[in-house]
Amino acid sequence: MRELSYAQAIQEGLAQAMEADPRVFIMGEDIGVYGGAFGVTGDLVERFGADRVIDTPISELGGAGVAVGAALAGSRPILEFQFSDFMTLAMEQIVNQAAKIRFMFGGKTSVPVVFRAPSGSGTGAAGQHSQSLEAWFAHVPGLKVVQPSTPADAKGLLLSAIDDPDPVIIFEHKLLYKMKGDVPETPDRTPIGKAAVRRLGKDVTVVATAIMVHRSLEAAELLAAEGIDCEVIDLRTLRPLDTATIIESVKKTTRLACVYEGVKTLGIGTEISAMIAESEAFDYLDAPILRLGGMETPIPYNPQLEKSAVPQADTIAEGLRKLVRGSF
Amino acid sequence: MAKVTGGAGKNVRPFYGKYSKDALREALRRMQIIRKFEEGAEDLYVRGLSYGTMHLSVGQEASAVGATMMLRNSDYITSTHRGHGHCIGKGAEAKYMFAEFLGKEEGYCRGRGGSMHIADMATGNLGANGIVGGGLPIATGAAMAIKQQKRDDVAVCFFGDGANNEGAFHESLNMAAVWKLPVIFVCENNQYGMSVSAERSTAVKDIATRAAAYNMPGVVVDGNSIADVAEAMDEAIARAKRGEGPSLVECKTYRTKGHSRSDRNRYRTKEEIEEWKLRDPIPAFASELLTHGILSEAEVAEVDVETTREIADAIVFAQNGTDPTHIDIASEVHTPLAGAAA
Repeated sequence: MRELSYAQAIQEGLAQAMEADPRVFIMGEDIGVYGGAFGVTGDLVERFGADRVIDTPISELGGAGVAVGAALAGSRPILEFQFSDFMTLAMEQIVNQAAKIRFMFGGKTSVPVVFRAPSGSGTGAAGQHSQSLEAWFAHVPGLKVVQPSTPADAKGLLLSAIDDPDPVIIFEHKLLYKMKGDVPETPDRTPIGKAAVRRLGKDVTVVATAIMVHRSLEAAELLAAEGIDCEVIDLRTLRPLDTATIIESVKKTTRLACVYEGVKTLGIGTEISAMIAESEAFDYLDAPILRLGGMETPIPYNPQLEKSAVPQADTIAEGLRKLVRGSF
Repeated sequence: MAKVTGGAGKNVRPFYGKYSKDALREALRRMQIIRKFEEGAEDLYVRGLSYGTMHLSVGQEASAVGATMMLRNSDYITSTHRGHGHCIGKGAEAKYMFAEFLGKEEGYCRGRGGSMHIADMATGNLGANGIVGGGLPIATGAAMAIKQQKRDDVAVCFFGDGANNEGAFHESLNMAAVWKLPVIFVCENNQYGMSVSAERSTAVKDIATRAAAYNMPGVVVDGNSIADVAEAMDEAIARAKRGEGPSLVECKTYRTKGHSRSDRNRYRTKEEIEEWKLRDPIPAFASELLTHGILSEAEVAEVDVETTREIADAIVFAQNGTDPTHIDIASEVHTPLAGAAA
């Protein structure tokens, strides 16, 4: 299979969706001739024209609402937020409108809109361009929230999101855009709501999201040399949560760690911890649950401080080591 | 269009020449239905027979009907929290609206939305909205879809004076103008955003002047005159269909009832309310129809009787409706996917 970068895989998915369905169009800030702030849309404007690759004014709230309205009127919009932080400007349309219209209207319509948003830290962009806000959106019934960690899933989850009759938010990790991996040339779908076991192990279940999947895999390799065998689950979808895969794994390994970049308190790992505590897997636990999340602080600018604010492979390894060896 | 026969001379304004007798009678009928729907809703509330909140549009019937009477089902509207009139104007039936108001399965939203969220895709009603300004970008997006799909339709966006200070208003008007979208922004300026007057909240006297900032026509009309509203709408719709883009129509009007159930009217005077009641748009329209010989006294009276009966029947229909029995509401949040287990 040929390799593509995560960004190229998304671009290919966008192109294939637009080729397959004339209703599909993309909109966002600087996605036309500029090619997107992270280069994701590239030359799509040349291939599909400015009517289907639409540069919007810097109007996040209005842009989100336009996407909702177009979806209600029979088009299939994909809106790129330049940074996921800017979704805070569009919360009204995402949370009050897109998420609720189907339910409030008695199930008589749906809102097939896709929101794409680059998220995460590690680029030196400081507090307003580095957040991981995905848990906010995963809290809202009516939204589906996905976070691909590989190029193949970046394309596959995008295509599933476009097919989906309801609003889907895709959080793409900025540090993954250049990562390469095998990507099928065919428009293969990655199912929404299904986690992937990236590494089989018997001592501890590590549930991770986005770039934390890769850092957890790196930590798992370090620990393998010490005789600790980690199972790493790539959550992929935050809402709806694939509870079955996590429960089965925890029953096998008897330990759970959640690794995520969003602020630890009330984050996705908090939900997974509670879900396991409420499940049949609780009785299998041989150790307290461990959450490794972002610090309770905005993302700092200085590179050393920035690194320290979110889990890294070495801090993940340290946490898992203590968890498995029972020395808290 | 059928020309008016009878008393319509050459000094009669275009509205009465453009629309057929049937269309004008239907407009009067819808205005009466709106008024009586609102009165019926208030009565149900006063008698303790309804549950949630409501926002009545008594006094604003001319803008609701004047801005919708020329629309087809394939045209769209977005509405507001004070949206009963817009829904009826766009073709909603009172009985399904009352059913929604009473939370019944027969309601437009099966009792899941209530008064503030009445929507009806079949008539192009993309929904009333509980968020001030919420419908502005949605109407803009619907107009974008119309343009993309090369359809001969328009989107009409109702909003109030309160919404004109929301960012969504400014973002939407700008985008609609930049992209020359077929959307008409209809501001029903009823003078108060809940309790704060437009004078105290808005830096310009006429909201229509804000259109200049977005390079689109902005006109002020007497919102209590259906002819004024409809003529402005006809011009705006023609412009939209020529591909020249959006317009802003400001209808100066007044709600003679309070903001919602909790309103004690402490922010305005009885005199002001009484003064506006004298400018009631329904008798004014009926009187013009009589003057121009379009309807007879008997025909106007017939509309009155007919609408009173329809509203009474609609309330009975709603009261006999089905209370939702489906308690697995979590399964209604998402659209069932093909091939998924039921």
